[in-house]
Amino acid sequence: MKTTYDVIVIGSGPGGLAAAIAAKKGGADDVLVLERDIELGGILLQCIHNGFGVEIFKEDLPGPSYAQRFVDEAKAIGVEYLLDTMVLDVTPDRRIFVTSSRGGLVELHARAIIMAMGCRERTRAQIRLPGPRPVGVYTAGTAQRWVNVEGYMPGKRFVILGSGDIGMIMARRLTFEGAKVESVLEVMPYLTGLSRNYVQCLLDFDIPLHLSHTVKRIIGKHRVEAVESVAVDERWQPIPGTEEIIPCDTLLLSVGLIPENELSLKAGVTLDPVTGGPYVDDGFQTNVPGIYAAGNVVHVYDLVDWVTQAGLVAGKQAAQQITGHASRRQPKVAPHHVPTQAGDNVRYVVPHTVNPETLTEDTVMLQMRVTQPLEQPVRIEVRDGEAVITHKNERYARPGEMVNVTLRGRDYDAVRAAEKLTVHVVAR
Amino acid sequence: MQQYDIIIIGAGIVGTMIARTLSRYDLVASNLDILWIEKESDICTGATAANSAIVHGGYDAMPGSLKAETNIAGNAMWDQLAAELQFPFARTGTYVVAIGAEELAALDPLKRRGDAGGVPTEIISGAAMREREPSIHPEVSGALYCPTGGICDPWAATIAAAENAVMNGVELRLNTTFEDFIWDSESANERIGESSKIQNPKPRIVGVRTSQGDFYGRWIVNAAGLFADEVMHKAGVRPEFHITPRRGEYYVMDRARVQINNVLFPVPSKVSKGILVTTTLHGNTLVGPNAEEIDDKTDAAVTAEGMREIWEGAQKLVPGLSQRDVIATFAGLRPGGNAPCLTCATPYNKDFIIEIPENVMGFVNLGGMESPALTAAPAIAEHVVALLQGAGEDLRAKTDWNPIRPARPVFRHLDREAQAALIAQDPRYGRVICRCETVTEGEIVAEIHAPIPATTYDAIKRRTWLGTGRCLGGFDMPRVVDILARELGVSALEVSKKGNGSEFLIRETKA
Repeated sequence: MKTTYDVIVIGSGPGGLAAAIAAKKGGADDVLVLERDIELGGILLQCIHNGFGVEIFKEDLPGPSYAQRFVDEAKAIGVEYLLDTMVLDVTPDRRIFVTSSRGGLVELHARAIIMAMGCRERTRAQIRLPGPRPVGVYTAGTAQRWVNVEGYMPGKRFVILGSGDIGMIMARRLTFEGAKVESVLEVMPYLTGLSRNYVQCLLDFDIPLHLSHTVKRIIGKHRVEAVESVAVDERWQPIPGTEEIIPCDTLLLSVGLIPENELSLKAGVTLDPVTGGPYVDDGFQTNVPGIYAAGNVVHVYDLVDWVTQAGLVAGKQAAQQITGHASRRQPKVAPHHVPTQAGDNVRYVVPHTVNPETLTEDTVMLQMRVTQPLEQPVRIEVRDGEAVITHKNERYARPGEMVNVTLRGRDYDAVRAAEKLTVHVVAR
Repeated sequence: MQQYDIIIIGAGIVGTMIARTLSRYDLVASNLDILWIEKESDICTGATAANSAIVHGGYDAMPGSLKAETNIAGNAMWDQLAAELQFPFARTGTYVVAIGAEELAALDPLKRRGDAGGVPTEIISGAAMREREPSIHPEVSGALYCPTGGICDPWAATIAAAENAVMNGVELRLNTTFEDFIWDSESANERIGESSKIQNPKPRIVGVRTSQGDFYGRWIVNAAGLFADEVMHKAGVRPEFHITPRRGEYYVMDRARVQINNVLFPVPSKVSKGILVTTTLHGNTLVGPNAEEIDDKTDAAVTAEGMREIWEGAQKLVPGLSQRDVIATFAGLRPGGNAPCLTCATPYNKDFIIEIPENVMGFVNLGGMESPALTAAPAIAEHVVALLQGAGEDLRAKTDWNPIRPARPVFRHLDREAQAALIAQDPRYGRVICRCETVTEGEIVAEIHAPIPATTYDAIKRRTWLGTGRCLGGFDMPRVVDILARELGVSALEVSKKGNGSEFLIRETKA
């Protein structure tokens, strides 16, 4: 069995597949994708709803169809893969220990590694949800797997906590399956998922959304019997007297996603406490040379198309490292990385640094999430101090929807001269 | 009619140690037939399943009490138990940590109690404590160090001992709820506590009525934990004894983010040993418990208030902890009783009960089995044997008793070479089902077919530590349900979290 590869990609979701394809096309000879499930495609395979590919293909595809395009391409160009294979460990010198029933325990080595493990769902413990531990409390993604992949219904009467996208999509899916979704509760005063999902998954099915509401406690010994909901004030504190018992047999949690970086930590990768993902440069390289990260493992995206884009950048960059073709963009001076910074109403900016030389042949998309919703026309500004380097207008800005602004060749001089690139999202 | 010599009620750590210890014996002319009943679908689901997992040194138990006696004796038995039953146990030592000068004085009485009971303790300086645990509160002024204290995995210890009991002939019946006693026909109509008590001063218990039918036994052992008061009252014993569940809530921290390497108690309060910050055998730091008296013996719920309280308590010891690193919350119920200690110099009414009551025949009664019952359980079991011998039971050590319970492979504990060898032997050990805790299909299947088969998700969780990590089973749950259905030969719809009424799935989706 071959154990040495140019590029090894951990995870075959949209980020991983795109990275593998870009690495292979970029000139890496041996590219291997490691996937723990029995098929390539990652979580897309359980996302049987549409809404994928609008940016990249200008088509509205279901998740498995979107994934299949990349699976087909990866196979066609000779990307290798191992299925039903779990990565146990990754070392800073790019050794990877994997295990599977078929192949046993194997040590692999790569010249470049692309971390594409995606994210995991926040659990009831992470939001410290009070109550006993009956059956019937699941993350929305676990329920989604049961319904869409395994073909089973986990309940008849649901309450969904959190207005994340998976939760809203599951509300519609469960309704299609004949279940009753009593309500969606959101602790924030605004939607945390995409507005289009609110319209298409809740409004169209008369499923009530209660903003500034949460679950005060779960009720039930063996199985969930009800939840007690409560309204909260602006500091998320329950408002006495607003409690309501909602009978149900299942509580789904759609309360946020956390980039899955336990392997990155083992490899010595440093994480940004705000995103939960690695600090990355504009080629998605981490602080560990030769280790890249792409997709939700870096920060949680709202659209799969952007995950694919990130994978393409990371894969291309890894290939350039392997082939030594990075020299096409000869630095005019010693490598100089300009840090990015979150400014007004911005929670974080990815990537964390920009190499101005990248702009001589490519664009760099700065991606961010806003802190507060602005339901009015906004301007996204990249500034060096007070000087605006570039800007972009949007109709609104919401925490549930990622915001981006692109640096281009014309910004080269300004970026090169900048000490810091601070991004602000402000009302126009 | 099913006739046994001994029927044990309850499969927590106390019932388990009694079952295992009694499995060592025969009678002169025959086997010692033991039936062991448990109302839940698995062993180790009550107080034993949710506590601080500490093997206490015994310095703080009331001198002269059964608690002190069995704690100290029990503590000394854990090394041998761990070796025979092949479960993990570490004599890490424990600390009672004084923060600020004013708490320092609280260490002396503990030290004196330890000295009185022969428990080794040592008062160390704040600087020494900081050196041993750098994350300790900067105002630490000193600590009481007890080198014989340690940590265990109560699930692993109980399950190993229970398996050993079953391997040695004890008959375990799960899903079997005690309902009432069966009395000797001569006194059957004349229950103690009723008016005719005087004519029949010593009624005899001859069996139990259960949800699964009647079982007869010459001795019934009450190891019912939280429900021990209800069982003894049905026997007409100690009507004034009352168990008040004292709920304790806990946080489990992500071991990738929090590395506390010690067992850290605060100076004790009146009601408990206080909110501790402790390492566990799995490397996760555990924070808790508070102590809230409640009415419902099944209400192991975490509460907003309780979680606030344990967090404040924990920060008193280790201020650097972050709530972001909490990966699990749980609550346990301590079966605290009100039994007076008759041999204590100072009045004390929270002692263990370990007795053959004067007023009933055929009944071994235990109660009030709160902390340190986990530590004390092996000594409590020896005490029960002595009581039975004292009552005339001629127990003879079996020649073919096997004290060894072979451990099953734990993939994550093996080195790479051993892992590879295990997979070569059985490829199912190559397939990881729980990614956070690295639990393989091979381990899950082995538990489903173990001497005490794991037939529910929670039973597998208790045995393999699967689903306890940062994703709380979100990843493994559908996969484990599949494996359970396949191995048990049932539909996935029949697979449950913790027995009847807790099935995960209700129907198939529309075609």
